[in-house]
Amino acid sequence: MQRHCHDLTATIEIPANKKKLVLVGNPNVGKSVFFNELTGLYVDVSNFPGTTVEIHKAPYGEDILIDTPGVYGVSSFNDEERVARDIILHADVVINIVDALHIERDLFLTQQVIDMGIPAVVALNMMDEAKDSGIIIDVEKLSKLLGVPVIPTVAVAREGIAELKTAIGKASCGNADPMLEDEFKRISADGISRADALLVLEGDEEVALCHDTAPQPLREEIYLRRRLRVNEIVEQVCKDVSAKKKLNKTLGQWAVRPFTGIPILFAALYAMYWFVGVFIAQTVVEITEELIMDGMYREFITSFIFRFTAEESFLGELLAGEFGVLTMAPIYLFGLLLPLVIGFYLALSVMEDSGYLPRLATLVDRMLTSLGLNGRAIIPIILGFGCVTMAVITTRLLGSKRERFIATVLLGVTVPCSAQIGVIMGLIAPLGFNYFVIYFLTIFIIFVAIGTFLNKVLQGESTHLLIDLPPLRLPRFRNVVAKTYTKSQAFMKEAAPLFVLAAVVITLLQVSGALSWLQDVISPLTVGWLWLPREATVSFIMGIMRRDFGAAGLYNMSLTPAQTLVGLVVITLFVPCIATIMVMVKERGWKEGSYIWFGSLVIAFFVGGILARIIS
Amino acid sequence: MTTLDQVKRGQKVEIYSIPDELIRAQAIRFGVAEGVIVTCSEKLPAGPVVISKGHQELAIGRGLAKKITVKVAS
Repeated sequence: MQRHCHDLTATIEIPANKKKLVLVGNPNVGKSVFFNELTGLYVDVSNFPGTTVEIHKAPYGEDILIDTPGVYGVSSFNDEERVARDIILHADVVINIVDALHIERDLFLTQQVIDMGIPAVVALNMMDEAKDSGIIIDVEKLSKLLGVPVIPTVAVAREGIAELKTAIGKASCGNADPMLEDEFKRISADGISRADALLVLEGDEEVALCHDTAPQPLREEIYLRRRLRVNEIVEQVCKDVSAKKKLNKTLGQWAVRPFTGIPILFAALYAMYWFVGVFIAQTVVEITEELIMDGMYREFITSFIFRFTAEESFLGELLAGEFGVLTMAPIYLFGLLLPLVIGFYLALSVMEDSGYLPRLATLVDRMLTSLGLNGRAIIPIILGFGCVTMAVITTRLLGSKRERFIATVLLGVTVPCSAQIGVIMGLIAPLGFNYFVIYFLTIFIIFVAIGTFLNKVLQGESTHLLIDLPPLRLPRFRNVVAKTYTKSQAFMKEAAPLFVLAAVVITLLQVSGALSWLQDVISPLTVGWLWLPREATVSFIMGIMRRDFGAAGLYNMSLTPAQTLVGLVVITLFVPCIATIMVMVKERGWKEGSYIWFGSLVIAFFVGGILARIIS
Repeated sequence: MTTLDQVKRGQKVEIYSIPDELIRAQAIRFGVAEGVIVTCSEKLPAGPVVISKGHQELAIGRGLAKKITVKVAS
């Protein structure tokens, strides 16, 4: 049974009697800001194709408003398009957001929705930027040619929102491609909706299967006609009066040109290092962890708990011991992780919101090609620096199974997540920039080696880069803060239970004596091969619970700089956290999942031992 | 007649043929179809070719650019 065949009201829980208003638009047109403005609830604002994978819905008066992933057209080229397609096919009204700067690209989707025969209204967004770029659009004429209401808006400044709300009631079916009519008559005898019929004509296999009919080979013909129609409309309504080259265009070019792009990339990475690794990991964490959590909070909670139970009792250990549920878990969570995660997401949101990421994809395409990937894979990799679990899920947007496997391995083995980076930065920064460079180079070499190796051995062919470069813009403060808030909150919700669970498991291991037994078993490896103290074993075991947990464990040990470095490298390459392992098995199956798990163990200890010998 | 990877920065070309139906469909959505005139606005060494048409910019991997044939327009 195909997903499309399901009744949408059951799939995403919508009462059948409610009218479904659906927000539709290309990636990066500010759709989520509209969602927020129309419903009053904030939802993640994305600037990169592929980051709004979840579906957001909210009540809108008597009706329900549903957001869809940003897509360039309705079809089934990838997962997001399938999700968007399924929602659009069930829409009562489509609210189509169009980027006024990108009208030629965006109207293709608009015309497709109109051809589907769904009542629509168009919000022509970012009118301010279009005006600054010297583009004049005859809105009235555009509305007449499309046959649907068109409302000029600047969503981030709340301009045109009230007018859009009024226009939703006046949504109309628009002027479809007249040549489609005969073709519709031919297949709509089977009693399928006009929207479904169009997708069948355009060769959508899944929709055709639902209706027990054969997909038609007319996609290219219909697409070309639609493209020509859109181009004609644009020619009639748009005037470009821009005279001089804009600064953002120049900057956009610099960002992809290696000569200037690589320095820009390093500057961006260094700025991130300074902000997250120095400012947050040292200055802020000193206050939140050492002063507040480890100082005031620990004293308060231990004296409180030990009033009711003895310090040496099992309950005492479990609640307020070295790895206690009320001591270690909240101290690490709020003192250390929270500020680091917020700092990281702030930096990532700025990169996302400015339109820098697709340019980065173009810049690194050449390098990723030799690893069997293309520039697009930089999305999951960058996301991996946020949360590897989340990144593994987004490997779905890569073009082939081969690419998805390579990206998953690279993520699982070499990419540290935000929490882990934070802790790593916190430990490395005091050692000086040299140690940071050695750490970075080691991980980088492993990254390249694994990718090159897999590209050689794996069969098949990887897909090529084909990506849209949206205009560079200054990140909007409101978007960045809101995005950081949403993501940090989601992260903490996911992390907190695992931290508590980890605290319980480790306390159990310790009280039962299993921890020292494990330490004895693994210590030849830890002490003899990696030249680390016995206790480092605890960090490795904790690292399976959450990767950052492992690194955080090194905080409390007195290590030489070289030992710290080796410990961090091993923990970075070591098995990914439980959540990531579960997602990997789900996405890639048991066999590939356990290969990655076992492979990362071997690589971690092997590289760690070699590094220990090199730097001593 | 040449391929897109041979085009120099700043040159205007007419797209003659694009391989693979799926890529053709994606390109049409971005406004790039056979017969359309585009400008090569950027070319990375051994890397992607960036073409532009109006305010629309597309980055195309080198491997794909090698398979797209074009006619030099000016």
